[in-house]
Amino acid sequence: MTQLDAPVPIAHRPAPASRSVRRSPSGFGLSVGFVTIYLSLIVLIPLGAVVSRSNNHGLSGFWHQVTAPDALSALRLTVVAAALVSAINAVMGTLIAWILVRDRFPGQRVIDALIDLPFALPTIVAGLVLLALYGPNSAIHVSFAYTRPAVVIALLFVTLPFVVRSVQPVLMELDQEMEEAAKSLGASPFTTFRRVVLPNLVPAILAGTALSFARAISEFGSTVLITGNIPNKTEVAAVHIYSQIQSDNVAGAAALSTVLLLVALVALVAFNLIQRWATRRG
Amino acid sequence: MAISVRGVSKRFGEFVALDDVSLEIPSGALTALLGPSGGGKSTLLRIIAGLEKPDAGTVEIAGTDATSLPPQRRNVGFVFQHYAAFKHMTVFKNIAFGLEIRKRPKDEVRKKVNELLELVHIEKFSDRLPAELSGGQRQRMALARALAVEPEVLLLDEPFGALDAQVRKELRAWLRRLHDEVHVTTVFVTHDQEEAMEVADTIALISAGRLEQVGTPDELYDHPANDFVMSFLGPVTTLSGDLVRPHDLELRPTAGTDTTEATVVRVMRLGFEVRVELLVDGHDLWAQVTRETARDLDLEPGRIIHVARATRRQQPDHAGTTG
Repeated sequence: MTQLDAPVPIAHRPAPASRSVRRSPSGFGLSVGFVTIYLSLIVLIPLGAVVSRSNNHGLSGFWHQVTAPDALSALRLTVVAAALVSAINAVMGTLIAWILVRDRFPGQRVIDALIDLPFALPTIVAGLVLLALYGPNSAIHVSFAYTRPAVVIALLFVTLPFVVRSVQPVLMELDQEMEEAAKSLGASPFTTFRRVVLPNLVPAILAGTALSFARAISEFGSTVLITGNIPNKTEVAAVHIYSQIQSDNVAGAAALSTVLLLVALVALVAFNLIQRWATRRG
Repeated sequence: MAISVRGVSKRFGEFVALDDVSLEIPSGALTALLGPSGGGKSTLLRIIAGLEKPDAGTVEIAGTDATSLPPQRRNVGFVFQHYAAFKHMTVFKNIAFGLEIRKRPKDEVRKKVNELLELVHIEKFSDRLPAELSGGQRQRMALARALAVEPEVLLLDEPFGALDAQVRKELRAWLRRLHDEVHVTTVFVTHDQEEAMEVADTIALISAGRLEQVGTPDELYDHPANDFVMSFLGPVTTLSGDLVRPHDLELRPTAGTDTTEATVVRVMRLGFEVRVELLVDGHDLWAQVTRETARDLDLEPGRIIHVARATRRQQPDHAGTTG
C-alpha cells in the first residue's frame, strides 16, 4: 500500500500521454528500429502503394474517380451506415456488457461465448446466415434483402463484439463501492449510473465504437450476399472497389481505397482525441 | 437512541453472518463494532446503511423504522475501507457530490465544501484527482464527502484498515478530535482492539455472528463477560487452568500459600516491559514485569521463581472453560 500513502507532488504528476515523448534508453533502439521496419513492410508500404496508384492520373484523375456518382453513393452509404451502426453498438454493446458482468442468469456463459462468434465466423458465412434468415426465402418471413437496412443489419452482426469486449473488462474492474457510496449519498440508481458508472466507461465505449466504425466502413463479405450490390443503392464502398477491379478500373478502385483509408484514419484520430478529452475532463 | 438494531439475522448461503443481534447505539456517541475478521461486524454496519438487507429483524434510525428504506433515503454517511473515491472527479467534486444531486445552490455548495476541506485539512488538494492523494488524504476526503450531506449517523467500515501503521495512529486520534467537534453519531468497524479502546466511547464486541458484550472500553477490559472477550481485548495467559492477564502476575523469590512454582525459560526485554516465559508443570505461561522487578529478581533462564496472581484483579464474570 506504500504507493498509496506517498503524496504525489504536483511536479511529478503523470503528464498527459500526448506530451510524454520519452527518449528511448539505448538498449531499446534496436527493437524500435525492428518494429518500424516490420510496420513499414506490413502496413505503410502497401498503403503507400495504394495511395500512389490512385494518383497515377494526377489529382484531377483522382477527383474524377472519387466523384463518380456510383462511387460517391457507395461512399456515402458506407459512412452513414457505419456511423449508425457504431452509435447502436455504443448503446447496445454497453448494455450487453452490463448484463454479462452484473447480472446472473441461466445461459449467461453461452451468451458470453456467442459474442465472439461474429468475429470468428468468415464474414461470407455471416452473409449466408443473414440471407437465409432475412433473404427472399426468409424462414421467418421477414425480408430485408437488397435494401439499405440489410447493410445496417449485416454490419451490426459483424461489429457486435467490439464495444462489448472493450467495456466488459473495465466494468469488471470497476469498484462497486463507488456505486454504494453514491447511493448512500442519496443518488438514485439512474444518477449513480450517469454520474459515477458511465464516466468511467466512456473511454472503453469510445475505443470499442471506434473499432466498430473502422470495421464497418471496410466490411465486404457479410454485405456482398444480402445487399445484392445494386450500384447507387445498396453497394457499399468495399464492394464497389471490388467491382471496379472486376471491370478493370484499377485507378478507380485505388482512388476509393485511398478515400476509405482517409476516412478510417480521421475516424480513429477523432475518437482518440475525444477519448483523451473525456478522460481528462472526467 | 440514534440506532436500534433488533433481532437482526443475515445469512450468505450456508454462512451465518449475523445471528439474532440486537444493539442500541446512543445519539452523539462514538461506537466501535469490534471483532475478528469474518465475525459479522461489517455486515451489521452495511445493514444499518441499507447496503445489505437483513433476513430477519429491524433497524431503526433516529426513531423511524428504516428496515425497508433504500440507502438513498436513510440519511447515513458511509466511509469504506478502500475509500470508494469517485476516481474521475476532483476532490472538490467528490465532496460536493451529495449536495449537487440534492440540487443545492452553487454558492452554498462551494461554501460547504470549502468548510469541509478545511475541517479535514485537505484544502490544498481540492483540484486534484483522488489518485493524486495519499491513502490518508483519500480517506479524509471520503469522510468529508460523507459529512457533506449532514447525515443522521456516520458509519465507517474499517476506515483505517488500508493505511500504514503511522498514518493509522494519526488518523485515529484525529477522528476522535473530529468527533468531539462535530458530534455526529458515529459507528466504526474495526478488528483492532487497540483502535477500539483508544477511540470509542462504547465497544460492541461481535464474533461469529453474535454480540458478545457491549460496554465502555474499561468495562470490557475489566469485566469481560467471558473468556473470549477477555482474550480478544488484551494479552492473556493461563495459570492453573484460568485465564489471567500477564501484567497481573506477580513474580516472587520465595514460596507462599498463594504461589505456584515456575521455571524461567526465557527473558525478553521489550523497552520498558520485560516479558518472562515460564514453565509450570509442563505448561507454558508468560508474565509481564517491569525492568526493575526483573533486575531485583535477577531473572535468567533456569531459575526457579514463584508466581502469584495479583489480588486487585477481577475475575471474568463466568470463569468457564479455557482455551
